[in-house]
Amino acid sequence: MFSRLAAALTIVAAFIAPAMAADTIKVGAILAVTGPASFLGAPEARTLEMLVADINAKGGVGGKKIELIIKDSQASPEKAISFAKQLIEEEKVFAIIGPSTSGETMAIKNIAEESKTILLSCAAAEAIVNPVAKYVFKTPQKDSDAVIKIFQEMQKRKLSRVGVLSSNTGFGNAGKGQIEKLAPAYGIMILANEVYDKAATDLTAEVTKVKAANVQAIINWSIEPAQAIVIKNARQIGITAPIFQSHGFGNIQYVKAAGAAAEGVIFPAGRLLVADVLPMNHPQKAVLVKYTKDYESKYKDEASTFGGHAYDAFLILVKGIEKANSTDKEAVRTAIENLKDVVGTGGVFYFSPSDHNGLNVDAFEMLTVKNGKFVVLDQ
Amino acid sequence: MLELFFQYLVAGLTYGTIYAIVGIGFNIIYNTTGIINFAQGEFVMLGGMTAVTLYAFLPLPLAILGAVLITMAVGGLIEMVFIRWLVKPSVLRMIIITIGISILVREAALMLWGEGIRSLPYFTGNEISSLSFGGVRVSPQVLWSLGVCAIVVVLLNLFFKFTMLGREMRACAANRDAATLCGIPTRNMVTLSFVLSAGIGALAGCVVSPITQTQYAIGSGLAIKGFTVAILGGLGNSMAAVAAGFILGILESFSIWVMPTAYKDAISISLLLAMLFLRPSGLFGNREAFKLKDF
Repeated sequence: MFSRLAAALTIVAAFIAPAMAADTIKVGAILAVTGPASFLGAPEARTLEMLVADINAKGGVGGKKIELIIKDSQASPEKAISFAKQLIEEEKVFAIIGPSTSGETMAIKNIAEESKTILLSCAAAEAIVNPVAKYVFKTPQKDSDAVIKIFQEMQKRKLSRVGVLSSNTGFGNAGKGQIEKLAPAYGIMILANEVYDKAATDLTAEVTKVKAANVQAIINWSIEPAQAIVIKNARQIGITAPIFQSHGFGNIQYVKAAGAAAEGVIFPAGRLLVADVLPMNHPQKAVLVKYTKDYESKYKDEASTFGGHAYDAFLILVKGIEKANSTDKEAVRTAIENLKDVVGTGGVFYFSPSDHNGLNVDAFEMLTVKNGKFVVLDQ
Repeated sequence: MLELFFQYLVAGLTYGTIYAIVGIGFNIIYNTTGIINFAQGEFVMLGGMTAVTLYAFLPLPLAILGAVLITMAVGGLIEMVFIRWLVKPSVLRMIIITIGISILVREAALMLWGEGIRSLPYFTGNEISSLSFGGVRVSPQVLWSLGVCAIVVVLLNLFFKFTMLGREMRACAANRDAATLCGIPTRNMVTLSFVLSAGIGALAGCVVSPITQTQYAIGSGLAIKGFTVAILGGLGNSMAAVAAGFILGILESFSIWVMPTAYKDAISISLLLAMLFLRPSGLFGNREAFKLKDF
């Protein structure tokens, strides 16, 4: 009796499910909304909520509303894995935006690939798209490009003896790897190479070790608040060498946290941070000004490049669906892979089957901190 | 070389001060209840966060005072709501309750303040100022923390040894039934110990805030190190916690000199484990007295 009822229900469900799916496009998002990487996930989640509300108010994509399901992974790769399975198997989402961190993304890269689910990561590590996985894309600029940008600046300043400090996270490790790999090609010698805890409360001993190595410059590669402690401690113990940071420094709260020590820090970043001073004819000007204005007026909080990564991920997904003119996963995947000239917050994207990031070194601008504000580094 | 040695020593002192000032807080509740309050780190966080909020419209000393008072009230309230009405709770049960409280406070702080990092301004100078002693540099904030730590320890020792109230609190930990029979209001003593340790935690949170930065989740990280030094020194003894804090801090700092920094935390955790295995009464604790405790 029960089994027959169940069978009947299954058949009914099989008819209903596609009908329901046709009305909305389910988009999952795995973001570190709380926890140690909440400065990434929180603005990303807010950005997605804003964009989805916006696009649904305008009638959705191709007449279909977007249904957004945000899962808070708290930056834990284990949670990211279980949420990815839940979104794919139970919610049967069309695509997943996120995760926020590189470690989490690497943990679910294969899950997305095997289940043929489009994954648009908001994390930076190059390993996410190299080697290319068919269904995995990412929107932040590549860390290798950030390293190249820093090394070019060092060459210009004739700095070759550097000390490297990186945090013990996916982002820190990936950056450290790129620095070590690319240094010889730019004539950079790494004289100190230390890894610090992402939740460190003081790093005086670590910077002392770098000071002892007698370096001409410091590269501090992290995305967590501890990176501000490095800068403070370095200046406190009297290191005067220039400090280069990663694009993970692009959050004004780190500048506030490091206070006077942040002055003169040099780092590559997307142009969102300097949207208001970009020349009018810059291709990204309009997108950046609109996004920062919308975000800041809605949430009364300063926009960061991180929220921008979610903006770009969503934009690319929507463009992909529009270009494919269908909600067939394979068609949309192919469409995304061939998207060209998409102006986002992180840069102008040119995807190809061999490049699932679509950005190059020009997506970065060298910035510095002057009077507590981000400004373009004078060339 | 010598300059380098002293610079590492300063780094060790900085770490040690942070650990010690957090570690002290563990001892007070332990002294009256015999339990480890795992929400101690959250008191430190609450103190820092509240002070930053108050600093927006109050001068720094008043903001810190306000933060300490508010956190004390929160500490008292927590005890009254979660602990006071328990009839003869086991140590294990109370520890689990404090872990629950720590999660609760952390989540509440996330709701209240969001995920951003904040910090109080440096009490003297700013983020880059430091005092130089023959090439060895110390941030003035480290000296502030050291000073506050010293004053707190001295006052606590005087309080527990020489005041009636302090002795009554210690009597509670030694044997609560006997203390009750002697006419000591044991429940009030437990509440008082939560109030006091919340206050000290909050003060610690304010002084170290310029160094460590403050965020809703910072409590547990600080608590682990504070807990380590409280155990290392021997539970219940503030002076020992401070000494253990400096030992651990200096060990960690010099380990960085000779090893990759990634091993720093491995060292402190190994030390904690070794201590728990070999000498659970702590470096300065009394072995005989420790055996008499019932866990």
